[in-house]
Amino acid sequence: MSLLEVTRLNIRYTDTPQPVVSNVSLKVEAGQSLGIVGESGSGKTQTAMAIMGLLPANAETAGSIRFDGQEILGAPAAALNRYRASRIAMIFQDPMTALNPYVRIGDQLRRILLEHRMCNAAEAKRRTLAMLEKVGLPDAERQFRAYPHQLSGGMRQRVMIGAALIGQPDLLVADEPTTALDVTIQAQILGLLRELRTQSNTALLLITHDLSVVAGTCDDLVMMNEGRLVEEGTTQKVILTPQHERTARLIACSPRLDMTTRVTPLAAESKPIIEIDDIAVSFRERRKGRFGQLHAVRTMSLKLAAGETLSIVGESGSGKTSLARAVLGLVAAKSGTLRFQGEQIPGRVQARSNAILRQLQMVFQDPANSLNPAMRVAEIIEEPIAVHDPSLSKADREKAVNEMLQHVHLSIDLRDRYPHELSGGQAQRVAIARALVIKPTVLVCDEAVSALDSTTQNEILNLLQAEQKQAGLSLVFITHDLSVVRLISHRVLVLYLGRVCEVADSKDLFKRPRHPYTKALLEAVSMPQSGDEPQQAPLVGEVASILNPPPGCPFHPRCEHAVAKCSSEVPQLQSIDGTRVACHRASELDLSY
Amino acid sequence: MSYLAALKPILDRSRANRAIVVCSGILIVVTCIALLGPLLSPHHYASTDFTHRYAPPLSGDWHLFGTDELGRDLFVRTLLGVQVTIFVAIIASVVSLGIGVTYGAIAGYIGGKVDAIMMRAVDALYALPFIFFVILLMVVFERNFLLIFVAIGAINWLDMARIVRGQTLSLKHREFVDAARLMGVSTRGIIFRHITPNLFGVVMVYLTLTIPQAILIESFLSFLGLGVQEPQTSLGALVNDGVSNMERAPWLLLIPALVLALILMCFNFLGDGLRDAVDPKKKT
Repeated sequence: MSLLEVTRLNIRYTDTPQPVVSNVSLKVEAGQSLGIVGESGSGKTQTAMAIMGLLPANAETAGSIRFDGQEILGAPAAALNRYRASRIAMIFQDPMTALNPYVRIGDQLRRILLEHRMCNAAEAKRRTLAMLEKVGLPDAERQFRAYPHQLSGGMRQRVMIGAALIGQPDLLVADEPTTALDVTIQAQILGLLRELRTQSNTALLLITHDLSVVAGTCDDLVMMNEGRLVEEGTTQKVILTPQHERTARLIACSPRLDMTTRVTPLAAESKPIIEIDDIAVSFRERRKGRFGQLHAVRTMSLKLAAGETLSIVGESGSGKTSLARAVLGLVAAKSGTLRFQGEQIPGRVQARSNAILRQLQMVFQDPANSLNPAMRVAEIIEEPIAVHDPSLSKADREKAVNEMLQHVHLSIDLRDRYPHELSGGQAQRVAIARALVIKPTVLVCDEAVSALDSTTQNEILNLLQAEQKQAGLSLVFITHDLSVVRLISHRVLVLYLGRVCEVADSKDLFKRPRHPYTKALLEAVSMPQSGDEPQQAPLVGEVASILNPPPGCPFHPRCEHAVAKCSSEVPQLQSIDGTRVACHRASELDLSY
Repeated sequence: MSYLAALKPILDRSRANRAIVVCSGILIVVTCIALLGPLLSPHHYASTDFTHRYAPPLSGDWHLFGTDELGRDLFVRTLLGVQVTIFVAIIASVVSLGIGVTYGAIAGYIGGKVDAIMMRAVDALYALPFIFFVILLMVVFERNFLLIFVAIGAINWLDMARIVRGQTLSLKHREFVDAARLMGVSTRGIIFRHITPNLFGVVMVYLTLTIPQAILIESFLSFLGLGVQEPQTSLGALVNDGVSNMERAPWLLLIPALVLALILMCFNFLGDGLRDAVDPKKKT
């Protein structure tokens, strides 16, 4: 008898005609790890919710879900509560929203044990502390009394895992457990999951859109598409020899570090279009009643050539977004100058003329946030035309909007939709159309494809590259995903805690990283596609707080090559074979592949 | 891109909402009767008839709602009261929408010193003890029909300005505002095209809460005898008269009180329905 047996599960909502899950059958044996992979809307989360008994009231279900031989689909809440925590536990995507912000970490875990009467209070505290240590929380005694907001994202997800495992469940359901985390942290959390699972022999059901997450973590996987199972098998077999064309496409689209780059080389005498000289960005930050300076970007200089794609890479707090926003004028730089096509331009967006504004456009990470929810698609795309070409007639503007929609491969029927009526990919195309419709020369993309599944991601990247080829657009690509960087960029800028670690040509950087941090980022994403266990140990530790950066090289507490000098002296940028790198040991270390 | 275009889907959704259709229907009918009724009735609101004092409703001579202690026709007087009430509702919404929303959105979006000065002015107005303020006005300018509307108007937009400012503060950090700034949209354009349309939901709900509030304030002032002057009247003044004649002629209290309750209830349900209708995320 299997631990979990889902047979012909159907889920539909009373207000929509289409079922969201149809005829899904799957089995999880005790101690097995199964990945459910699918794009957004494939029904993978709905399946997980059905297993946990968390479907909303207007969902109709049919079929059966048996846990340890007992039917749990449609079972009353009281019956389900006997299974929750002690037999089945769940890890949610976003640890900030899944942890109660008003309850101390220790209490959240302890209550699980007490609620299910698994032990007495003293024993509960002991087990909670042991669990916090097990999931890698430094100084567990102190963290026991911390509130969720006092922990970093990675630490919170560790707490979530601890909360899920504390009742020693037989089955752990993890819904996109690493999607909200930085890459190096993602690798740590997956490593932790793998390790704890082998120790305790817990079965794992991992739900994700990211094949690389499954590749290193699960023995078997099932693919879902539009509510149906389209493929199942061992992870290795499915990834190496996919049967279904959807799977094959998803695998082909998954950006990998060993993919060949698609960039067309730059003309040799490309003129710089943007020159940044000694820009620094800082914010006033109140800490313990006193005002301090948060140095988001330490003094740095940079050039962007016409037609070039520059990627800015780094984890949260690296200053990549602040740097881009300073160039665009959305935040004021504390010092330094900006030149556009050789002319110095004002630092704030309010002070810039329309002629400059139209040249510099931006695509934001989340279209749900960057598109005005009260405006229709056509109005959104039309607005920049109305601002910059007010002389155009209504009919001409409408024509331009239609052309732009076609240009970004959107149907003209979407004109009258509101943003929330679009899928994530469609909405991001609208955001791109809005930026491109006034024909800018520089487009800044801030994590513009990070939230999209790999098929859509690939289409958007193609679109941007085509635009670059046609119109000579310069692209600034802000991302934490190095595999995307490799596909599209000419040059890469690696930032850590507001300082430049390395600036290199893309092809050099991926062959021979010069900075240990670059190498660590590369390792975090070079998840094996074959299903083998990853070779390298993930980078330890977390990004230090930008409010209180370590002295010397900001990366030294996490760096395995650090020497005494690294903690006392800030390394300056030096040139080695055309690569600029800020590391004391850059010339002696060989980090190449 | 205009407000009219933004209103169309709201109208479509409103038509599907029963609360909105019924309540706005009642309000429109009541308003029409209030405007036309006095013209059709043979009685004048101020003419007294001592042969018909305290006539009960439907007792002949076209006294539909009966008469009061001076023999004045209650039907015509109630409709006059409704006219005043509807007028108060219109003043309250115009002031709330016109001044309150604009003021709050500007203060919230521009921020900094402008915001501080604008909102301190609101605080100062808030701090005035309202009833005292009205009594003072009455003493200085003598009892005047218009004064009461000035008084209601003066305090009515304050709450709206605060609420709109608060909402604007959270909206202005949304990325679509940054995107609009990068596009070169003017501050005016951002406030009126990007910020205020997203406030529709909150504004509508709050408006339908302030209208009954304004109506009640007027009734309350009239009840205290500070409102409209005899022989003019309002629903509040009629209820006041009704209370003193409650035992002898209960209809003098019941009829105006019921009409007032009906109007207040319609506004409240209308607000409820509108909140659903203005949310673009709700499906039609």
